[in-house]
Amino acid sequence: MQRSLSLRVAAFAGFVFLYAPILSLVIFSFNESKLVTVWGGFSTKWYGELLNDPQLLDAAWVSLKVSTISATLATIIGTLASYALVRFGKFRGRLTLGGLVTAPLVMPEVIIGLSLLLLFVALENLIGWPAGRGMVTIVIAHATFGAAYAAVVLQSRMGSLDIAIEEAAQDLGARPLRVFWDITLPSLAPALISAWLLAFTLSLDDLVIASFVTGPGASTLPMVIFSKVRLGVSPEINALATLIIVAVSAVIVVAAWQMQKAAAETR
Amino acid sequence: MSAFLSRFALRGRSLVTAVPLLWLGLFFLLPFAVLAKISLSEAAIARPPYLPIWDWADGVLSFAFNIGNYLFLIEDPLYLMAYLGSVKIALISTAITLLIGYPMAYVIARAPQHRRNLLLMLVILPFWTSFLLRVYAWIGFLKGNGVINNVLMWLGVINEPLVMLQTDFAVYLGIVYSYLPFMILPLYTALVKLDEALLEASADLGARPFSTFWHITLPLSLPGVIAGAMLVFIPAVGEFVIPALLGGPNTLMIGSVLWNEFFSNRDWPVAAAVAIVMLVVLVLPIAVLRRAQSREEEAN
Amino acid sequence: MMTQANLAKGLKPWNDPAAAPFVQIKNVTKKFGTYTAVNDVSLDIYRGELFCLLGGSGCGKSTLLRMLAGFEGPTSGQILIDGEDQAGVPPYKRDTNMMFQSYALFPHMSVEKNIAYGLKRDGVPRAEIATRVTEMLSLVQLDQFAARKPHQLSGGQRQRVALARSLIKRPKLLMLDEPLGALDKKLREETQFELIKIQESLGVTFVVVTHDQEEAMTLSSRLGVMTAGKIVQIGTPHDIYEYPQTRFVADFIGSVNMFEGRIKDDCEDHATIHSADAGIDILVSHGITGVEGQQVAVAVRPEKIAISRTAPVGLPNVVPATVEEVAYMGNLSVFRVVLASGKRVKISQANLLRSDDDAIAAGEAVFLGWAGAASVVVMA
Repeated sequence: MQRSLSLRVAAFAGFVFLYAPILSLVIFSFNESKLVTVWGGFSTKWYGELLNDPQLLDAAWVSLKVSTISATLATIIGTLASYALVRFGKFRGRLTLGGLVTAPLVMPEVIIGLSLLLLFVALENLIGWPAGRGMVTIVIAHATFGAAYAAVVLQSRMGSLDIAIEEAAQDLGARPLRVFWDITLPSLAPALISAWLLAFTLSLDDLVIASFVTGPGASTLPMVIFSKVRLGVSPEINALATLIIVAVSAVIVVAAWQMQKAAAETR
Repeated sequence: MSAFLSRFALRGRSLVTAVPLLWLGLFFLLPFAVLAKISLSEAAIARPPYLPIWDWADGVLSFAFNIGNYLFLIEDPLYLMAYLGSVKIALISTAITLLIGYPMAYVIARAPQHRRNLLLMLVILPFWTSFLLRVYAWIGFLKGNGVINNVLMWLGVINEPLVMLQTDFAVYLGIVYSYLPFMILPLYTALVKLDEALLEASADLGARPFSTFWHITLPLSLPGVIAGAMLVFIPAVGEFVIPALLGGPNTLMIGSVLWNEFFSNRDWPVAAAVAIVMLVVLVLPIAVLRRAQSREEEAN
Repeated sequence: MMTQANLAKGLKPWNDPAAAPFVQIKNVTKKFGTYTAVNDVSLDIYRGELFCLLGGSGCGKSTLLRMLAGFEGPTSGQILIDGEDQAGVPPYKRDTNMMFQSYALFPHMSVEKNIAYGLKRDGVPRAEIATRVTEMLSLVQLDQFAARKPHQLSGGQRQRVALARSLIKRPKLLMLDEPLGALDKKLREETQFELIKIQESLGVTFVVVTHDQEEAMTLSSRLGVMTAGKIVQIGTPHDIYEYPQTRFVADFIGSVNMFEGRIKDDCEDHATIHSADAGIDILVSHGITGVEGQQVAVAVRPEKIAISRTAPVGLPNVVPATVEEVAYMGNLSVFRVVLASGKRVKISQANLLRSDDDAIAAGEAVFLGWAGAASVVVMA
């Protein structure tokens, strides 16, 4: 019992470690004082300043667009890749595809970013596309590593799908496309949603890769945050962080709750 | 009719495989070839800032491989120090992450079913919120008039603020903090599969708790330990954001060196060479991780 | 225990050379790579039958069923249903339906939607779908559960939804893959009879795959025993049990004693087999087609051997033995005895009285006896 108690205390300390910095970030976003870590009374003024900072708002808008498009692309590519890997058995290029889908997960961002940039430059010199760098190149970069993460999520879900359910639909007269629409897609929906959300947040969060492959005029939110943060803490960033954390947590909690419900139904 | 159908099905299949293969081949595999190529070219003040490695003049194709970038990496001790520094920092932070993550994963895996999902959720949630902002949060915690110093001074433990920000300590802290979920998840996956009856059998046969842990729990969770350690070690070696925000002038990590080489010095060929050498350093841990993961798949 | 499906009131179309089979499987072979799952199987199934494919796991029975449903195509050979060649006909164009082993209920659809799915695919008018679903729900006694999702049902209820879903299109042929496999023993026995009742009332031809010999005996009009991709014997449950043609079938169905021996004498209506195992010449009251001296085995079921302290009179086959063990099983007692040759024999005897002080006990010297009609010669 003693042992298990000390274990639990250790685990609890671990959770405190995980959440204390986030919590302090949130608390000090409501600080009146400009000295971020010295409490000067409750205020929401930094939220007001945030909404009047065109640089941050523009970057947020760029980031939202990039993340939405790249997450959608990543989910499509990831779905195709995992469908092939889970359902097609042995086919030519299977090993290559399997490697390509997992490699981005373990590749340092600086390498991915640099090598993609060099590719874009070389391509531009060779065939004139992509003309310059900006949102398009960021979207391509994010869709590429997002696809790898999406594939991981989708592969495990597809692997646990009972093929008999699709066969049953066929047996009852549904053509293959109909089966996909009626049966496969609804069964995959929770995984598709989490794959999309994962690709979306990864894209929204990425600083390193975007910094390499972007061009003049396309600054994402992390890039602007980074340049501000390098100069020191700023209460405005605390306010922004709080908004992001609240939004992301809300989405994730709702999604997880929905998925758990769906999982209970398919059990 | 059926031949047509099966040909159609076959075409559908190859389309399904071709799209991801082409995309990832073009935007993930090909870039490495370009990276390797440019690491062999000479820097120049031009757009783009390097010279081509082959030249087509007067109907003669001439190659100009330039290994000077790699020689440069050897000659200047800065790079060697940075590689060693990165590996050292990554190793130590991986070990600390394991020490913190293991008990957490163990407690979660042994928690009652309904609480398990909640606890896992709590581990994963920070991972979903911005990495950059989580690292940023530590600045407010660690700086001279930051939360930790204020609390310690208020308690009377110290009289003047400790210098924590812009030190290697802060970098360790940042890495451990950011990558903890990557350690806990594979550990949890390994530990949750562990049948409690095995621990009871071990106790029944006379093993004390520590002995049971050492001989039963740890060996059986080893795949999780390996996967978790690699998932922390590999990105930590190439980390840029954490040393940039929390580290000091003396923190030498190869990710920052690459970044500066590219953005400040605009020496693309040397940056490419730095990246290639980093890849070589990481080949072994990546291979270990792949092996651990494919074993895991086989076991399922 | 052996209730046979009351097929066409006693008619046996398989004995009628003029009867046209409904399903014809002709020399069908299915290979997966180098592995042969089904090996040159030929089989005719008649309209209205409840045919069971019985065999252990990996014997090829499920593959054969999947070829009937159209999920797999034969590597060679031909399958005809109602006279039509099924080659290249996809599952969704076949007038057959299948009840899956896992039930394969659509988890995101209600019971009602699951059952209606097949009719919707055929474009049946909405009103007709509604009435037919209601009918079907009452047939399987699930009227109360129409709006439930599969995960809200018990195992037995799910099984009935799966059955209803596969029956609603009124298929000419219904395939059932281990239909009772996921149910517990008591529910399984009840459901067996319900299945037979539904099959008879609808007149649909059933092909059932099962590994449970008792289930196959109870359900089927005829059954085919499969092993290693081949059908080794086809017959009524009675034929299979009483006249097994191979050691495998004799051993697979029920429990059996095998006496190895050689043919000594072979006449029109009886034969004698010299068996060193049994230590006697065993009389078998049926003729065989073999040559003198050929190695064969005589199969005798445990319940067909009498055990007594004195040598029985009037039985042609009598062997002395020593009782090693007696196991009381409630309705039966099972004796394990050893013969002079060292051969062990199992005998089961119905317990007619509640207690028997004079019961034969372990260690006693006894005599075994059985009739010529109780033994069967197994050639292969």
